Amino acid sequence: MVSDLDLTVKSGVDVGGSMLPHPYVIKQVRKETDDTFTLMLEQRSGGPKLTFAPGQFNMVYVFGIGEIPISISGDSASSVLVHTTRAVGTVTRVMARLRRGDMLGIRGPFGTPWPVQEGRGRDVVIIAGGIGLAPLRSALYEVLSQRDAFGKVVLLYGTRTPSDILFREELEQWRARFDLEVHVTVDRAQPDWRGNVGVVTTLIHKSPFDPQKTTSMICGPEIMMRFAAQELQKRGVDPDSIYLSLERNMKCGTGLCGHCQFGPYFVCKDGPVFRYSRIKDLLVKREI
Amino acid sequence: MSTTTLYRIERPAIDEIISLLRQQHYTVVGPALRGASIELAELRSTSDLPLGWTDEQTPARYRLVKLPVDSLFAHTVSPHSWKRYLFPPILKLFSARRTSEGFDLVNEGDGVAHPSIPNAADAAPHYALLGIRSCDLHALAVHDKVFGGGAYGDEYYRRARDRTWIIAANCTLAGGTCFCASMKTGPKASFGFDLALTEVITEQEHYFLVETGTDRGRTLLEGVNHRPAEGAEEAKGEELMQNAAHQMGRSLDTENIRQILYQSAEHPQWDIVAARCLTCGNCTLACPTCFCSTVEDVIDLGGTSAERVRKWDSCFTMDFSYIHGGSARTSVKARYRHWLTHKLASWIDQFGSSGCVGCGRCITWCPVGIDITEEYRVIRESYLTKAAASSTKEVIDGNP
Amino acid sequence: METLERILAEHPFFKDLSEPYLQLVTGCASNVRFDQDSFIFREGEEANQFYLLRQGRVALQVFAPDRGPITVETLEEGDILGWSWLIPPYNWHFDARALELTRAIALDGQCLRRKCEQDHNLGYELLKRFAHIMEQRLSSTRLQIVDMYGVRS
Repeated sequence: MVSDLDLTVKSGVDVGGSMLPHPYVIKQVRKETDDTFTLMLEQRSGGPKLTFAPGQFNMVYVFGIGEIPISISGDSASSVLVHTTRAVGTVTRVMARLRRGDMLGIRGPFGTPWPVQEGRGRDVVIIAGGIGLAPLRSALYEVLSQRDAFGKVVLLYGTRTPSDILFREELEQWRARFDLEVHVTVDRAQPDWRGNVGVVTTLIHKSPFDPQKTTSMICGPEIMMRFAAQELQKRGVDPDSIYLSLERNMKCGTGLCGHCQFGPYFVCKDGPVFRYSRIKDLLVKREI
Repeated sequence: MSTTTLYRIERPAIDEIISLLRQQHYTVVGPALRGASIELAELRSTSDLPLGWTDEQTPARYRLVKLPVDSLFAHTVSPHSWKRYLFPPILKLFSARRTSEGFDLVNEGDGVAHPSIPNAADAAPHYALLGIRSCDLHALAVHDKVFGGGAYGDEYYRRARDRTWIIAANCTLAGGTCFCASMKTGPKASFGFDLALTEVITEQEHYFLVETGTDRGRTLLEGVNHRPAEGAEEAKGEELMQNAAHQMGRSLDTENIRQILYQSAEHPQWDIVAARCLTCGNCTLACPTCFCSTVEDVIDLGGTSAERVRKWDSCFTMDFSYIHGGSARTSVKARYRHWLTHKLASWIDQFGSSGCVGCGRCITWCPVGIDITEEYRVIRESYLTKAAASSTKEVIDGNP
Repeated sequence: METLERILAEHPFFKDLSEPYLQLVTGCASNVRFDQDSFIFREGEEANQFYLLRQGRVALQVFAPDRGPITVETLEEGDILGWSWLIPPYNWHFDARALELTRAIALDGQCLRRKCEQDHNLGYELLKRFAHIMEQRLSSTRLQIVDMYGVRS
């Protein structure tokens, strides 16, 4: 009998394969900075292999604690699933204590990816702020794996302080390449820092790329992305060729819970990667 | 005059219909009197319907009034909408158990943890919705697009929806706050039903006109006493629905609504309504198309078994848009603006139709009586005035 | 001298400066070089030049007794260093230190100040360009203050 105002919990296992997490095992944990860490995961034997495109994200589940969206930060050609995240909330703080052999639930991949192939035959300018380098690293991997297909490739990376710089060893390797231009800057120097000091947008106006033939991918705090996109435009880059990756609260990752709405767009499916020209006007509206 | 065949049945036939559906293991749900309001509950016969009751709805006010006749469907929309049946307020998504390896999802069917993702026994129920109004049928169609369309759907919704019986009731009087006529969602049910009933009460008679919408609806009707309706009877039904349409005291002009709302993000009216809005979320609870949800993960004290549950949520809550230590929409203005803009405009871009079906529930159940048709009217009128003024100016200036 | 004129003419800062003014400016220019870790100017000193950096990296620093030298911004190839020569009382407000071997073109601020007083059009041309630089620096400094990578917890 269905009672009035039936508030009993309905049970619906297999409510949708998309809401059930798949088990993944941690193969390696790497501490990147004080509050940022990288997990390398592999699906439990017999499980489905996840294929993704750079810029997509997974909903990552910690048993009994909760689930959060995290961008994939590894190589899409590899069988290892890589996630880099900051320990800032309940779920990520528990995640930061996990070790090799521990299990996480993965749902995904979700979202609109970086348009890496649009950069073919053009200069590619990647602008990362803080942890924004994580989802952009996947895009850079794809570009480097087909290096000849692209023109000049530039990476501009800004962080708060030198101790917040991610992927240091890789940055050094990239810097050493002749076919890649890498510039790093910090907002606030520490005493022994001899590199650039200043916000990442200051690196744009003197960067060697052809504004008429450039595809740019930007990820970082929203303020930084807005100002970086404007600087690119000042240099003559078409807003249709500039892409940003946005972040909003997500509970489902599949466009059903409503939380991630940004104007009429669902960041989880219309984004997280958006063409700048599409969202330009929304970005400057407060609390939209 | 419609070319569809209408039939006439009497009240006992409706009891038989309820009975036949129950025999087929359908749970028949519909309006029922509960205290001082009409709510949705399980029905065993027509006696469970709110016989002789109608409702008086105005902004922030809902009262029941007794009529001197034994009508079945003289009321309009209840505080609750039918969305709770296919989109339950609380739904368990999965259970999981800790294992030596990590954790496993639990197969609800036999309670034993399986190593693979389980395909559980079909948990979605069988419902028959009796007395659903045209506006709410449109709301169901809206949810069909939300939960059924797109790359990811809601499996529970889809399974329940396929089976759901729809016995609609056409409105023969307008509710105090509804505006389906201007939203083109009623009062007559035009699609999506197995059977549609129109209650006709005159001095001498009390009968029901029936329209069939599906083969199974036709079959069901074959199983009860019925006869083709006479011209005069059809005319009477038509007249009642026309009356209902003309009784509506409010309307919403949807022409260019997207453009108008998208370009009015900084309209002062938002601040005015924000000063009244309590962000209580009643509107989102009562609204038949609101679909926002959240998930909660719970774990037992021993840390061995966990559950994830999906619950209704409202964009009016403070942490709905919480990210990185703060919310993207903190002010009341931003949250109200988001809800209204989504409902009337963004929805069209997202799902191809308006999110509003003109049922009026949000107006009735808002504790401070905010009327979305009024709020939008102010914004629309000033937008059009400004547009007219600037084009006039251009003509005077000689610019094209 | 001719080489200097060409370099100045091609630099975005002097873009669209008329030929006579360009020559005038070139007349006040000279090549300079600063070894790694040397000071280009120090806080409080008289500001009589500005520099067009051609190679290397310069840190604008302020020294706090308890914290040592704090770098607030770095400038490199292509950047213009110094505008205090334009604004009374013509003193440097920060230290400028070469983080690596730095080559620049130094422009004689005292000489240019005199010429700007005589010819206000020249003054306007230079001030226009410096206003643009100041606007850019102010904008980026404001973003630095915002501390956009910080997370409220």
